[in-house]
Amino acid sequence: MKIFASPFRRSALAVAGAILGALTLTATPLLAAGDTPAIPSQKWSFSGPFGLYDRGQLQRGYKVYKEVCAACHGLRLLHYRNLGESGGPEFNEAQVKTLAAEVEVQDGPNEDGDMFDRPGKPSDAFVSPFPNKEAARAANNGAYPPDLSLMAKARVGGPDYIYALMTGYKPEPDSMDMQEGMSYNEYFPGHQIAMAAPLSADSVEYTDGTPPTVDNYARDVSAFLMWAAEPKLEERHRLGFRFMIYLVILAGLLYMAKRRVWSRLKH
Amino acid sequence: MAHVSTYKPNSAIEKWMDDRLPVMRMMHDQFNDFPTPRNLNYLWTFGGILTFCLAVQMATGIVLAMHYVPQETMAFDSVEHIMRDVNFGWLLRYIHFNGASLFFLAVYIHIARGMYYGSYKAPREVLWIIGVLIFLAMMATAFMGYSLVWGQMSFWAVTVITNLFSSLDSIIPGLGTTVVEWIWGGFSVGGPTLTRLFSLHYLLPFVIAGLVILHIWALHVPGSNNPTGIDIKSKSDAISFNPYYTVKDGFAMSMFVILFAAFVFYAPNFMGHPDNYIEADPLVTPPHIVPEWYFLPYYAILRAIPSKLLGVVAMFGSIGLLLFLPWLDTSKVRSARYRPIFKWFLLLFFVNAVALGYLGAKPPEGAFLIWGRICTAYYFVFLLVIMPVVGWIEKPAAMPGSITDDVLGKKPVPAK
Amino acid sequence: MAKKKTEPTRRDFMTIAAGSFAAVGGAAALWPFIDQMNPDASALSLATIEVDLSPIPVGQSITVSWRGKPIFIRHRTPEEIEAAKAVKIDELPDPEARNDNISATAEATDLNRVSTGKGDTAKHENWMILIGICTHLGCIPKGQRIGDAKGEFDGWFCPCHGSHYDTAGRIRKGPAPRNLEVPVYEFISENKIKIG
Repeated sequence: MKIFASPFRRSALAVAGAILGALTLTATPLLAAGDTPAIPSQKWSFSGPFGLYDRGQLQRGYKVYKEVCAACHGLRLLHYRNLGESGGPEFNEAQVKTLAAEVEVQDGPNEDGDMFDRPGKPSDAFVSPFPNKEAARAANNGAYPPDLSLMAKARVGGPDYIYALMTGYKPEPDSMDMQEGMSYNEYFPGHQIAMAAPLSADSVEYTDGTPPTVDNYARDVSAFLMWAAEPKLEERHRLGFRFMIYLVILAGLLYMAKRRVWSRLKH
Repeated sequence: MAHVSTYKPNSAIEKWMDDRLPVMRMMHDQFNDFPTPRNLNYLWTFGGILTFCLAVQMATGIVLAMHYVPQETMAFDSVEHIMRDVNFGWLLRYIHFNGASLFFLAVYIHIARGMYYGSYKAPREVLWIIGVLIFLAMMATAFMGYSLVWGQMSFWAVTVITNLFSSLDSIIPGLGTTVVEWIWGGFSVGGPTLTRLFSLHYLLPFVIAGLVILHIWALHVPGSNNPTGIDIKSKSDAISFNPYYTVKDGFAMSMFVILFAAFVFYAPNFMGHPDNYIEADPLVTPPHIVPEWYFLPYYAILRAIPSKLLGVVAMFGSIGLLLFLPWLDTSKVRSARYRPIFKWFLLLFFVNAVALGYLGAKPPEGAFLIWGRICTAYYFVFLLVIMPVVGWIEKPAAMPGSITDDVLGKKPVPAK
Repeated sequence: MAKKKTEPTRRDFMTIAAGSFAAVGGAAALWPFIDQMNPDASALSLATIEVDLSPIPVGQSITVSWRGKPIFIRHRTPEEIEAAKAVKIDELPDPEARNDNISATAEATDLNRVSTGKGDTAKHENWMILIGICTHLGCIPKGQRIGDAKGEFDGWFCPCHGSHYDTAGRIRKGPAPRNLEVPVYEFISENKIKIG
C-alpha cells in the first residue's frame, strides 16, 4: 500500500495536527460557556455491538410508562402488537391482548354513522392522552408534553439523557429565579422544566423483586423508551454480526486473490 | 488511450451480435483488456467505490420510494413506518441514510487524489469538469433527500438553503422573494415544496448516472493518470485492467463496505442529528441548526462573509472555481510528488478544508468566526493566487524516466 | 501491455473462490430488496371485523370490507337453500368446498359451504358468507343489490367474463376455475359474526 508509506501521509498529519491544535486552543474557552452539565453515561444492556434489550427491564419500563408517563405523554408511533414482537418486551399473546384491551379506542363509523368506543386490539396504535396539541397544552398550563415515541433518539445522549432528566430534579439554587409552576432540573436546558418530578419511590409496583426505587424506575423507563425509538436494534445487532463475519472472510479472500494475481508482475 | 481491440467472438451468437451491436467488444476493450498504468495506488480504487455507492443509493432509494409518502402530514410517519413495519425497512433506510455520508467521504478522497496527482491537467480537463458537475448533482441530491425525512433539521435546512436565493433581492428588489416563493410553491416551506423535492430527488440520481457514463468515457480516452503523472510510454508501463485492477478494486471495496456496515449496523445515527427525529414544526426552529457534515465547509464559507449576497456568491463560487482548476494550475508537472513547494500548499489546502468543516459546525462567533474568515481566505487565495504563481516560479524535483522506472526504483532524472 | 499469455492460472483458485464468495453474498443481499415488498407488519396484524346481521332481511345481501376485500353476506331464502342443496357434487366444475373454516379437501356441499367448522352450521345455514372476488381474474361479481343480474343460477354473476355462481357461491358456468372463497368467520352471538 504505497500511499501509507508515502511522504503524503507524514506531511499531511503534521499540518493537520498543527492546525487542529491551534483551533482547539482558541476554541476551548467558548466550548466551556454552556452551564448544563455533561450527561453521565450509563451502562445499558443494549449498548455495544452485541447489546440486547433486557426483557424484564422493558416490561418494567412499560409499566412505569403506563402508570406514570402515559398520563401526559403519548407513544403514537407504537402499536400494542409491538409489545409482543421479538426484540421488545416480548409479552405473550394473551398479555398483549389484555394490555391492549385496557384502553378505549375510538372506532367507526358504525351502521348509523356514529363513532363509538371499543376496547383496544393488538393492531391498534397506542392511544395518546390528548386528541391534539392544543388540548395537551390546555391541560398542562400551556406546556406541551412531547410524544415519547422517538425521544430516545431525538435528544443528545438518548437514554442517558432521559435517565439524567428523570433523576436530575433538585432544589433550585438560591441564585435562581424560578417561574411559577416550574421545577428545577440539573440536566434540562435552562434548568426550568414544566414537568414536576414524575417519579417517586414505591409509586409503581414491581412484581419481579426489583427494588421500587426512583433510580430503577428511571433506568427501566429509559430502556423502554430506547426500545420504543429503536425497536429493531436486536435484529440489527444480530444481522450485523453475521454480515461482518462474511465481510471479513470476503476481504481476506480478496486480499489473497489480489496478492496472487499481482505476484505475476515482475517488480 | 486508443488501443487495438483484442476482442475475439467465441461463438456464432457473439459474432452475430458483434456485427450488430458490439457491446461485448466494448466491455472487453474498456473493462477487461484496458491498458492501465501498473503503478496505481489504493487511492485509485475510489472510482470503483463511488460507482458502487451510486448503485447502492439508487437500489435502496427505489425500494424506499415504494413505502415513502411525500406528503406534508405523512412524510415523517411514513419514514417511521419504514423503520418499524416494512420488512427490512430499517436496514434499507439506514443503508440509504449512511450511504449518503459514505458517498461523500469517498468522493472527497477521490477529488483530493485527483488534485494531488494532477489528474485534472491536460488532456483530462473535460474528465475533471464532468466530475465537478457530478459533485454538484450529488450535493443537490443529498440535500433534497435529507429534506424528505421532514424532521426538524430537514425542514429548517430547506428553509435556510432556499432562503439563500432571497439574497437576489439586493440586486433587483423583489427578485429574490419571487424566486424563493417559486421554489416553495407557497409563502413558506410546505407540502408543495416537499412534493417537488421528492420528484427531483428521484430524478437527479439518473442524471448522475448519465454523467458517470460520460465521466468514464472521458477517462477512457486518455486513460488513467498515475502517481507519477507520467504518460504510459511503453508496453511495460501498463497492465490490463482485468484481473489486476478488478481484484485490487474488489479488495478495496470490501474494506470500504466493512466501514459502511460498521456505521449501518452499529452506529446508524452517528452521522445524523437528534433533532431530525422530531417532526417538522414550522413554528419552532431548533437552537443549533447545522447541515450534514459533508456540507459544513461550504456552510463555514457562507457564514464567514458578513454580506448575505457575497456569502452566497462565495459559497457557490468555492465549488464553481473548481471547474477552472485545469487552467488555474500553470505548472507543466502533473503530480504534486515532484512539486516541492506546491505540495505543501496543497496539503495545507486539504487541512484547511477539514478545518472549514470543523468551523461550520460551530457557532459563528468569537474565535470561530475569525478562524472561519482566515480559512475561507486561504481557500480562495490558494485557488486564485498560489496555484498559478507557484506553477510559474517552482522548480520541479527530479522525476523518473517512466512508470516502469519508478516501479523498479530506477534513479530519477533531474528536471530540465 | 504486460499481459502474460503464458500464465495458465489467469483464473486461479483464489480468484474463483473470492469471486464465488462475493457472488453468494451479493445474491443474499438481494433478499431484503425482495422481502420489503411482502405485506408488512402492520398489514399482517390487520384487525378482524364484527358484523351485525340483524338488519339484513331474508333474501337480501350486504357487502362489508375486510382487509380491503369485499365480503358478501347474503341472508338466503329457504328456496335458495333448497336449490343449493339439490345440486349433486359431480355436476360442479369445482367439487371442493373452498371454505377456510374446514378441511381443505372437503366436498362442496351446501352445508360445507356455510360451515363455520364449529358444529353450529345447521342453525346458521341461511347465512352465506363469501369473499366477493371472482376466482377468474379478480372482478367483483354482481348479485348483491336488488335488481342486479344474478346469473343463470340465481346466485352471483361476474360481468367481466361471464362467470355464473349459484346460491352457495359455487361456480356453475363460465371461465372461473374455483368456487367463491369462504373466509374465516364465526358467530359470536345469535346475530353477530366476527370475520378474520
